Amino acid sequence: MLATIIRRLLQTVVVMVVMSALVFAGIYLVGDPISMLASPEATEAQREAIRQSLGLDLPLWQQYLIFMGQAVQGDFGNSFLTGEPAMRLILQRMPATLELASVAMLLSVLVGVPLGILAGLKPKAPRSRAIMTGSVLGFSLPNFWVGMMLIMVFAVMLGWLPASGRGDTVQLGPIGLSVLTLDGWASLLLPALTIALAKCSLIIRVTRAATRESLPMDYIKFARAKGLSEKRVLGVHLLKNILIPVVTVAGLEYGQVIAFAVVTETVFSWPGMGKLLIDSIINLDRPVVVAYLMLVVFLLVMLNLVVDILYTVLDPRVRLEARQ
Amino acid sequence: MSAVRTETDVTAVAPPAAGVESPWRRLACDFFASKLAVLGLVLLVLIIGAALLAPWIAPQNPYDIGSLDIMDSKLPPGGESMAGAVYLLGTDGQARDVLSAILYGLRTSLMVGFLSVVAAFAIGAAVGLVAAYFGGRVDALLMRIVDIQLSFPAILVALILLAILGKGVDKVIIALVVVQWAYFARAARGAALVERGKEYIEAARCLSLGAGRIMLRHVLPNCMPPLIVIATIDLAHAIALEATLSFLGVGVPVTEPSLGMLIANGFEYLLSGQYWISFFPGIALAVAIIAINLVGDHLRDVLNPRNIA
Repeated sequence: MLATIIRRLLQTVVVMVVMSALVFAGIYLVGDPISMLASPEATEAQREAIRQSLGLDLPLWQQYLIFMGQAVQGDFGNSFLTGEPAMRLILQRMPATLELASVAMLLSVLVGVPLGILAGLKPKAPRSRAIMTGSVLGFSLPNFWVGMMLIMVFAVMLGWLPASGRGDTVQLGPIGLSVLTLDGWASLLLPALTIALAKCSLIIRVTRAATRESLPMDYIKFARAKGLSEKRVLGVHLLKNILIPVVTVAGLEYGQVIAFAVVTETVFSWPGMGKLLIDSIINLDRPVVVAYLMLVVFLLVMLNLVVDILYTVLDPRVRLEARQ
Repeated sequence: MSAVRTETDVTAVAPPAAGVESPWRRLACDFFASKLAVLGLVLLVLIIGAALLAPWIAPQNPYDIGSLDIMDSKLPPGGESMAGAVYLLGTDGQARDVLSAILYGLRTSLMVGFLSVVAAFAIGAAVGLVAAYFGGRVDALLMRIVDIQLSFPAILVALILLAILGKGVDKVIIALVVVQWAYFARAARGAALVERGKEYIEAARCLSLGAGRIMLRHVLPNCMPPLIVIATIDLAHAIALEATLSFLGVGVPVTEPSLGMLIANGFEYLLSGQYWISFFPGIALAVAIIAINLVGDHLRDVLNPRNIA
């Protein structure tokens, strides 16, 4: 197990170095950030001074080596726009994104697993077909449009919920959370629902497939033969066994939600790191874009690792195989 | 969605042909047994037809500035223009007929989707076949790249690529191909590995046919079913992703608006209650994607060897 983790971590380092080099070279080709930074009236000498102060006059490979040298020490450079450390800017925004992603994922699992089991128990029943057709709708509808329609109905027409922002937050140390206030929940509900709608469809499909595979198994037949109540058969024996694929998919999707939050956060002006990425791309704020990518790739790889480890915790069979 | 077709189902619809039934014919019969899939197919044909015929059936050319009258802007659905024409779905902020804009937008959206899927299909299938045919180190290296590519979220890769490449229909297509080719590569390799071990490939080798000929003429046709399924589902993905990128402002240019762009344009008006500017393009986009997904979803059931056996 330890060897696997170490090997995976080493792989991560290689992927991150390669990716940072590619992105660094790619971003280098895009426009000239000086034209965004200096005022239009600035003389060529002033521009040159800015270029030198940011180290943009050096050859690309040298810039990259300097960047990597500092990145290893946790310094990803300062934002061209605000002058603040890029990583700090992102970390400030991260709680908002993680909060949104967590609530959305929780929502989709809580709704998706029961619906998926229901659809898997009687795949031919009209109710099950309705659930499955609904799930096609869920992942077909473009996410940003769903968000806009929710705004149209609940914010503009009915006026029940706010269309943008985070609402009131409660500070827990440096982290502000919306889930702790009623006003925060009102703001959180629409964006979370937008994401959950798409992810719920996926959870339903995975749960349904797993349920259909597990039902003919001997342990379910045995539990029924023992005369256990249907509630116990489904809630304990079936649920435990379908949890493995569901946890895998939910875990991996959590990473996707964080990356995809770019879209939802733009629609709802949610002040998370996705919104920051889009703003930084438009403003050619290179250090922030590169730092964001490094952080998200790291998060994704870690998430994959955690899911793999969870596997062995949830399924004793995997653990036994590994030991042999 | 009926996932599993039973034998009785098939025979009820298609009386077994004398002798050997061609696999394509059986697939067609299987496919048309599902009403939902047929509905999806009909919708899809209608949408493609509308997109192709847009210049002839659209009430207005929305990009001919001369025909627009700013007095007609933001008319609600069914509103009448100064000249007396009726706008069925209303007009947008620049007095463009929303219906015409949707028809023209469909063209861009579908074109970007089709071209990117075709290119991704070609590149992915080629990589997958080469990996499966040669095996060993070539296989390990190519599949490593595929794995790494697939571990990054599509939206993020496309976003960064477009940030680097800039706006443009061609650039969006490049970004979509980069995001999608790996799915085809993995599926093609999987299918080709199975086919490679079969006798007809051995026979082709005995005839000392070239590697290229064996791969293209013998292996590829037998790997088509899973690739076709991925192509349909990816088409829906590509169209949705393009819309999302255009919505974020890094996709197609203003001169060639896709449906995603139209929706984004309507966003500012949405908050002041003029819903139709982004509502109807969204419906068009959703219907297109749902139609493709219905077809793809059922194709997968029909083509799944587990269900055919």
